[in-house]
Amino acid sequence: MNGEPQQTDTQGKLRHFLSIEGFRREQLVQILDAAESFAMLPGRQVKKVPLLRGKIITNLFFENSTRTRTTFELAAKLLSADVINFNVNVSATSKGETLLDTLRNIEAMHSDMFVVRHHASGAAHFIAQHVAPGVSVINAGDGRHAHPTQAMLDMFTIRRHKGDFTPLRVAIVGDIQHSRVARSQIMALNILGVSEVRVVAPRTLLPADVRTLGVHVFHDLEQGIEDVDVIIMLRLQRERMDNALLPSAHEYFQLWGLTQERLQRARPDAIVMHPGPINRGVEITSEVADGPQSVILQQVSYGIAVRMAVMSMAMGNRSGDQGT
Amino acid sequence: MNNSSNRIFMQHDAILDLIQGMARLTERHLQDREIEAPVMIGIHTGGVWVAERLHALLHIGQPLGQLDISFYRDDFTRIGMNPQVKPSSIPFAVDDRHIILVDDVIQSGRTIRAAMNEIFDFGRPASITLVTLIERSGRELPIQPDIIGLEPPLADEEHIRLQGPEPLNLAINGSRVNREKT
Repeated sequence: MNGEPQQTDTQGKLRHFLSIEGFRREQLVQILDAAESFAMLPGRQVKKVPLLRGKIITNLFFENSTRTRTTFELAAKLLSADVINFNVNVSATSKGETLLDTLRNIEAMHSDMFVVRHHASGAAHFIAQHVAPGVSVINAGDGRHAHPTQAMLDMFTIRRHKGDFTPLRVAIVGDIQHSRVARSQIMALNILGVSEVRVVAPRTLLPADVRTLGVHVFHDLEQGIEDVDVIIMLRLQRERMDNALLPSAHEYFQLWGLTQERLQRARPDAIVMHPGPINRGVEITSEVADGPQSVILQQVSYGIAVRMAVMSMAMGNRSGDQGT
Repeated sequence: MNNSSNRIFMQHDAILDLIQGMARLTERHLQDREIEAPVMIGIHTGGVWVAERLHALLHIGQPLGQLDISFYRDDFTRIGMNPQVKPSSIPFAVDDRHIILVDDVIQSGRTIRAAMNEIFDFGRPASITLVTLIERSGRELPIQPDIIGLEPPLADEEHIRLQGPEPLNLAINGSRVNREKT
């Protein structure tokens, strides 16, 4: 064991991106600023930049995901890297290969970066502990633990619409308990210094230690979104109903679904976000999801720019020598 | 060996005079080549300061373009992402345009290489004219400016830098002991 992997090098430059935890405000702002430059690229004739030309990036997905994997793949290609997609569900682990064996094999293919999604919390950290010194690891979601690039693209979306973080009230609504996205969002919002983070959820979907995360807890949707600037709806996973944490999708919608009428409680210029994919008629109505306050599709576009920023910053710091 | 220092080489008004002269040379250059309706792009950060003044002196109709070449640097994997990276903005179509590209100092030529690569990712210009405030030794690529403001004698160890935006100053730091050799 090599101990806890360091996300930054001795100069504070990004090496791995595993969790929002431990980053300072300036470091998060630097990621958002770099993403701002990448967000301009779609307006050009050539949408690519040559930053990571000659690098190999491996998407190592132990859990199904179409959107996250695709945006990481597109981000890598727009940086001119070559991409390998390694879906481990359908691959060697089902033949009894261990995580480390899988890793060593892909390393032997000279991959410079791993983008990892895994159902077990801590998987990306584990891989970061075991990769060769020059290799970076980006966490694309591990268990219930963290999904830091999703949180950063949400921060980017908020900054694009609201400018300054400090006066904002943000409500995160839904299944906080099982959401790695919510954990990462709460940390990022607090580091960036918003005025208030609220979590709004039924008791069965809140983790016991929720207050230690630095949030105000609400058990009523209309109270929870009163006067907020940003509403982040979380996806309700259908299997929660099977686990008897919730009665039914219909009843959930009655109490926790965001409707246009309920949205009136928030500030008139409030934006509505959702990490996707949305369950229409469960946590959000189509009227809201497709309405003027929804920024859900922009989140997807911004996700590409933010992932480009994180990938290029992690890969650009491969040695300490300073050239001119 | 205590010649290493940070000293002002030229101050605001003198620099503005230089830029005036560069504007006249650029005008003549464009006339000689029968180039009409050029557009201008400045390279972040010092190049933009020079370009803003040239742009006004030459009465260029289109707004000034700005390039941040951070994403095109050839030393990116060694020095990493510039923490002050700014979005490039070229508020006009590049295709078939005559571009005046402006930077503050040309030394290795690598910045200009990167800038030209980036420009071509916006489109295919008709031509590029290179204008730099300072030309100095140390070229590593076959790139030469068309218009130069000044070519000061500098030792290899001396670095010249434009400070600004208001007032503009040219500052030199580094040792001058070996200046005769250059």
